Amino acid sequence: MAEFILRRILQAMLVLFVMTVLVFFGIHVIGNPVDLFASSECTKACLDEIMVNLGLDRPVWQQYLIFLGNLAEGDLGRSFTHGVPAMSLIWERFPATLELAVAALVLALVIGLPLGFYAGLRPDSWISKAIMGLSMIGFSVPIFWIGLIMILTFSVKLGWLPAIGRGDLVTVFGVRVSFLTLDGLRHLAMPAFTLSLLMMSMVIRLTRAGLREVMTSDYIRFARANGVPEYRVLGWHAMKNLLIPIVTVLGMEFGGVIAFAVVTESIFSWPGVGKMLIDAISVLDRPLIVAYLIFVVTMFVLLNLVIDILYSLLDPRVRLGAGAA
Amino acid sequence: MIIAERPSRLRAFTRAFFNSPTAAIALCVFVAMSLAAIFAHLIAPQDPYDLRSVSILDNLLPPGEVSFGGMTYWMGTDGQGRDMLSAMLFGLRISLIVGLASGVIALAFGTLIGLIAAFRGGWVDALLMRIVDLQLSLPTILVALILLVILGRGIDKIIIALVVVQWAYFARTVRGVALVENARDYVDAARGLRLPPLRILFFHILPNCLPTLLVVATIQMAQAISLEATLSFLGLGLPPTRPSLGLLIANGFDYLQSGRWWISVLPGVVLLVLVVSINVVGDRLREVLNPHLRG
Repeated sequence: MAEFILRRILQAMLVLFVMTVLVFFGIHVIGNPVDLFASSECTKACLDEIMVNLGLDRPVWQQYLIFLGNLAEGDLGRSFTHGVPAMSLIWERFPATLELAVAALVLALVIGLPLGFYAGLRPDSWISKAIMGLSMIGFSVPIFWIGLIMILTFSVKLGWLPAIGRGDLVTVFGVRVSFLTLDGLRHLAMPAFTLSLLMMSMVIRLTRAGLREVMTSDYIRFARANGVPEYRVLGWHAMKNLLIPIVTVLGMEFGGVIAFAVVTESIFSWPGVGKMLIDAISVLDRPLIVAYLIFVVTMFVLLNLVIDILYSLLDPRVRLGAGAA
Repeated sequence: MIIAERPSRLRAFTRAFFNSPTAAIALCVFVAMSLAAIFAHLIAPQDPYDLRSVSILDNLLPPGEVSFGGMTYWMGTDGQGRDMLSAMLFGLRISLIVGLASGVIALAFGTLIGLIAAFRGGWVDALLMRIVDLQLSLPTILVALILLVILGRGIDKIIIALVVVQWAYFARTVRGVALVENARDYVDAARGLRLPPLRILFFHILPNCLPTLLVVATIQMAQAISLEATLSFLGLGLPPTRPSLGLLIANGFDYLQSGRWWISVLPGVVLLVLVVSINVVGDRLREVLNPHLRG
């Protein structure tokens, strides 16, 4: 057991190391940050001075080692455009992204589970077919377009919901959140729904497929034969087994949702890390781009690591299989 | 005997496919859109890349409006006075080219890797599958974003980025199917006949992976088109001179707030219909080719 966990941790560290190499050297191919700082009458001497200030006069492998050393101390450099440490910008904006992603997750479950249940219980009714058709569209349509249509409908035509920003914020335990004010909720509604569509479609499909499988199993039939009321059969006995795949898939998808927030945040001008990344890309703010990528990839690797370890604790077959391979 | 059996299997497959009216309609829609894209230069009322044929005086006309020159803009015009119908036809062409090219390259590369992994086994298999796992554990949009930041804009670059995010799906699928096929009697028989390993790999195992590959390829193509549109919308995919559907939608975004909906909604509808029809076809293919995957 300990060996398995150790192996997974080593693997995760290897992946992180490879990613720092890829991201660092990849980013160093693009653009010349000196141009960002140089004014038009800048002479050769002043250009060289900027180079030295940014540490760009050293050979690239030295720059990488310095970068690694700083990374170990949690320092990812200063943003070229904001002039403050890149990590502090990320920590400042990450709560907004996290709030959006969690809201999307909640919406996906609250809307997706009942719809999937209905479609699984009455697979031949036309409502079920409509639900499945909609989930197909949820899988297919690029979410940025859904966001556009929602802005057009609810902001431009009907004027019900604001199209951009986060609205009024409340500070809870030092974190500023918008879901506790009415204005914040109105701002949150459209971005969260847009971001949740893909997960929602997944929840609908998994619930439906899982329910149809579970309903034919013996333990459900015995529960019914024992006179367990129908709402309890569905809401408790069937639900317990249904939730396993759903929780697994959502857990693995959650990192993807954070990544996809880039799109949603750009459309709705939601002030999270995704919007920050797109802005950083447009001005080639290298440290900020690198910091975002390292941050998200680390989060991802940790998430996968935790899921794997939890799995191996819950299901010994995983760990045996991994040991044999 | 075998020769007589083949056409009937194909016919059975075709019949099974068209048993679903939805799938039949989706296939027709997809074929029609492909034809429209291929012959875009013949059917488009205007060449949207030729600035001389575009009049700035005709900008932001709603659908159905007649221009000063007497031309009817059935789908309206954009901010530069471009005919939206023409722009959409050419945009559709670019979206399809990107989806198809990246799909085919990823298919070829992924299949090769998958076959090698299944056939060689051992550490080669373990290494390749670790790379595949790594690739699949990162969200596609993130990987594509990183690559495009590094590579820059351009149709070739977005195809490279899409290939990188897609090949792993093919590799994993092919490896799985090839491992199953590898253990079958006909492969043993071929080995017993002392056929060369490469011949067994490409002429015996590969053909039996094709049905599954076709399903994955269809779904991946829809994904690629959708992802390209998303990236172009973010300003990371294609150069603005030759807009794909995603870029057209992005261009219209600025006008959306002022109520000029057609510039981004109409290309979006085209994109939606295209991606949904490919997905419906893919779903049906899976049902027909892999009955055990139904669910």
